[in-house]
Amino acid sequence: MPKDGGIGASSKRREDVRFLTGRGRYTDDININNQTYVHFLRSDVAHATIKGIDTSSADAMPGVVRIFTGADFEGIGSIPCGWQVTDRHGEPMQEPAHPVLAQGKVRHVGDPICAVVAESLEQARDAAEAIELDLEELPAVVDMKAAVADGSTKVHDDLTSNLCYDWGFVEENREAVDEAIKSAAHVTTLELVNNRLVANPMEPRVAVGDWNAGTDDYTLYTTSQNPHVIRLLMGAFVLGIPEHKLRVVAPDVGGGFGTKIFHYAEEAFCTFAAKQVGRPVKWTSSRSEAFMSDAHGRDHVTKIELALDADNNFTALRTETYANMGAYLSTFAPSIPTWLHGTLMAGNYKTPLIYVNVKAVFTNTVPVDAYRGAGRPEATFQLERVVDKAARELGVDPIELRRQNFITEFPYATPVAVEYDTGDYHATMDKLAEIGDLSGFEARLEESKKRGKLRGLGVNCYIEACGIAPSNLVGQLGARAGLYESATVRVNATGSISVMTGSHSHGQGHETAFPQVIAEMIGIDESQIEIVHGDTATSPMGMGTYGSRSLAVGGSAMVRAAEKVINKAKKIASHLLEASEADIELKDGQFTVAGTDKSVAWGDVTLAAYVPHNYPLEEIEPGLEETAFYDPNNFTYPSGAYCCEVEVDPDTGKVTIESFAAADDFGNIVNPMIVSGQVHGGLAQGIGQALLENCSYDENGQILSASYMDYAMPRADDVPFYEVDHSCQTPCTHNPLGVKGCGEAGAIGSPPAVVNAVVDALQRAGKDVTHIDMPLTPGKVWAAMNG
Amino acid sequence: MYAFEFERPTTVDDAVKALASEDAQALGGGQTLIPTLKQRLAAPETLVSLGGIAEMKGVCIGDSGEVCIGGATSHATVAAEAGQYPALAELAAHIGDPAVRNRGTIGGSLANNDPSACYPAAALGSNATIITNKRDIAADDYFQGMFTTALEEGEIITEVRFPVPEKANYQKFVQPASRFALVGVFVAKYSDGVRVAVTGASEEGVHRWSEAEEALSADFSADAISGLSVPADGLIGDLHGTPEYRAHLVKVMTGRAVTASA
Ligand SMILES: Cc1cc2nc3c(=O)[nH]c(=O)nc-3n(C[C@H](O)[C@H](O)[C@H](O)COP(=O)(O)OP(=O)(O)OC[C@H]3O[C@@H](n4cnc5c(N)ncnc54)[C@H](O)[C@@H]3O)c2cc1C
Repeated sequence: MPKDGGIGASSKRREDVRFLTGRGRYTDDININNQTYVHFLRSDVAHATIKGIDTSSADAMPGVVRIFTGADFEGIGSIPCGWQVTDRHGEPMQEPAHPVLAQGKVRHVGDPICAVVAESLEQARDAAEAIELDLEELPAVVDMKAAVADGSTKVHDDLTSNLCYDWGFVEENREAVDEAIKSAAHVTTLELVNNRLVANPMEPRVAVGDWNAGTDDYTLYTTSQNPHVIRLLMGAFVLGIPEHKLRVVAPDVGGGFGTKIFHYAEEAFCTFAAKQVGRPVKWTSSRSEAFMSDAHGRDHVTKIELALDADNNFTALRTETYANMGAYLSTFAPSIPTWLHGTLMAGNYKTPLIYVNVKAVFTNTVPVDAYRGAGRPEATFQLERVVDKAARELGVDPIELRRQNFITEFPYATPVAVEYDTGDYHATMDKLAEIGDLSGFEARLEESKKRGKLRGLGVNCYIEACGIAPSNLVGQLGARAGLYESATVRVNATGSISVMTGSHSHGQGHETAFPQVIAEMIGIDESQIEIVHGDTATSPMGMGTYGSRSLAVGGSAMVRAAEKVINKAKKIASHLLEASEADIELKDGQFTVAGTDKSVAWGDVTLAAYVPHNYPLEEIEPGLEETAFYDPNNFTYPSGAYCCEVEVDPDTGKVTIESFAAADDFGNIVNPMIVSGQVHGGLAQGIGQALLENCSYDENGQILSASYMDYAMPRADDVPFYEVDHSCQTPCTHNPLGVKGCGEAGAIGSPPAVVNAVVDALQRAGKDVTHIDMPLTPGKVWAAMNG
Repeated sequence: MYAFEFERPTTVDDAVKALASEDAQALGGGQTLIPTLKQRLAAPETLVSLGGIAEMKGVCIGDSGEVCIGGATSHATVAAEAGQYPALAELAAHIGDPAVRNRGTIGGSLANNDPSACYPAAALGSNATIITNKRDIAADDYFQGMFTTALEEGEIITEVRFPVPEKANYQKFVQPASRFALVGVFVAKYSDGVRVAVTGASEEGVHRWSEAEEALSADFSADAISGLSVPADGLIGDLHGTPEYRAHLVKVMTGRAVTASA
């Protein structure tokens, strides 16, 4: 029987009512009396020296309040990077300065040079056109391998080269891996590109800075996934505003997908300028600006080699990846190709020896950082592609080759430093065979043939590390932040509850799912519980939402706080019931004395806490509000098996996805409907990456796909009806809910399934095609088919 | 957007007068022009909306059976009301999305002559007559290269007349991002011969494929063009397809259009 409330119920997403009826309150809906508007004059070339900026005519234009340039930010901090990676030789990465407005040089198309603050946006734009810029163009650094070749133009003159770091993991394994590959019975090699993506949340970024002249307090309203992180980074590192004088509010946020994690120059600008001009300053990104200023995702060039013994057991894996950082280091950029990528290279397999080399490279392109999955899709894609290629080279069934090499015993310590707590990869593969009807493939293949279409089946597995992250561990790895989460459970006098969480919902459904957990714990109706988030003034210091961490880490903090509340409430109940605390039980919103019919309702206890007339005041304080911080002691490891069936039109190369099935193990599940929705969204983005999306640069550093006319987003008719299942559940062993996280799985697991399927279709048609780089556009598939 | 004056005349004459003023520009459905203005790539002093001119709207049947479409008729109206010419109605039904079809007009599309747009293929493939406030222009004379037409400054397309063929079909292979035509081929079989118009492919914009027309006039079947090939020279090469790929698609889409012709 499906439950109708609490953990396991598919409660309807309460937030959707306001989102779908246009009543959400987004940052752009915030307008403050007397506000001004800023327009950023951005570089239209990829690399140039700024010889001069003449704002004299622009200054005199109607409505101009003030025009800022890089010179106004002398002595102001640089946009900080939140993670320091140490290279193979024990040296810290090269870390360039990132000024709020360009100083001396522009380094990518979209780099902001001037900021025009005016009475209206149109006046700001008019004035920006009157600014005279003298830019002396320099050669653009675009190709990563050329960027690190001797004699390349440097993106940053004060660095020794364009190499941010050369990372080896696990460095001690390097020689052993080389040896194992040399002596292997078979080695499969694959070179591939993980295409650069633009996140494209529906809501573009917005920032409104406000400064209170009376108190010297600042408020920044911003489209962020983690307002506390922005407060810390911007306050402490850029503007020097102490946290108690700075409030950051991220109200309803219309999608983030990672790109709204980071601290951006525009946020710092609006906050800084609000005091400088003595008025609120608002910036709303246009979609065109988003393409050239939101951090991009992926962009790896990889060579991967898988060694097998004569029995087809995986013996070693070696990868070499060039990872694009873009022109500056975005907040978490250095950690993505390293700790979120290298540590996942074992995948679902017991490969004993692994060595991952990553060269992070500066180029004259938009900074690259986390995008849904962040590092883990890149790891999964190369691994699952090379395993598939190996199966084809060896003439063995790709599913059997995977099964043969599955990790089956848990906990399992991988050779890449992480320890998987639980999992059952055969179970998800079995489930996949069922929901994907794998045994019916041959019949469908025949049917496609009759219609003149090539059909292919692609299967793959994935593992990811979510629930980011144990603070002491990430600290050792170079994180400049802790990655715990916080929650305050505030019980009101009448028994309703407000939960202030450091997690941030920007589409995930926290306002629905989090109350389900509390409702289950106390036995009251979900409607009695409200989630408050997105404001540093109301929530305790939290780290925000990304890395599928909200329920696993934020939910755990909430559970811990609720436990404290319940313990205290039991004390009050024991007083009211004149019974020993140890005998008090809480069920269905009633405190009872075990073995008796004596009880007191939740609401009577909470009322007593705030109207403490009959109350043990000498033992406990009045009130019922508790805060907890939860720091996980491991990552969580969701896993699954995906399959995709495609048809390829042999005349045009067009790929259509005929079916897609996903069997995931997310551990315990709070709201199955929301989980399905998260998987659906992830699959759409993964299919988008595989077939459609590509942020393409020309050799001059111009973005060729800088609007929806050329950047292909997946639409409803590009994706099939999905079969998703999450009934295989191996609960996480180390968090109180036993949950693992589901936000990124779809985007991580789906690209290799699509590419494997297309390669399968072409090989079945006798084409000698072993790989095509994403996106598999009709033109590319046709070219591959025709040699 | 830069500031502009806005006029909404109700007759063609008034529109022509309004367009005579310096830097005035006609506004059809705005589906091309408004995005251009938003990006500040155009700065007309005055926008003269053609949307209030009743005589420029609607679909009717002319004296010799041709389908006549007012220059300010929306794609959605053509899709719904040009049933006498099914291939044309079908083409209109697949332009853009519902918002674009409800706003965008045939006059705007033909005036703009985007090299990847659909209507130019139908007009050239049908040898339609483009009627302006000044003159009648045969489609063969009208299209003069991408974004270039025979229209003069201030000239308004008031109507487009399509002779109805025996059979016709439009095959559009969409560019995945914009969903304009990566290659679109319009094939129309008239009693005096077959016309084949290709959009999306050429740097010269919409054009006829005369070898295919000859072959198909002799034998209206997909087989008739199997021996032909399209040279890649002068074809568009971009993110979405090489000239060679487009050349290949022209032939594939032509064959499909012939097969699908009804
Ligand atoms: C998202 C999107 C998808 C689209 N997809 C397609 C597609 O798949 N296929 C396709 O063919 N098109 C597509 N279009 C373009 C669409 O069909 C436009 O409507 C059309 O190109 C322009 O028509 P309009 O009426 O909107 O003209 P406007 O944008 O108003 O004007 C365009 C130009 O024509 C001039 N003009 C307008 N009307 C007249 C007239 N009667 N006489 C003389 N000059 C005139 C204007 O001055 C201007 O220079 C798409 C557009 C969008 C926004």
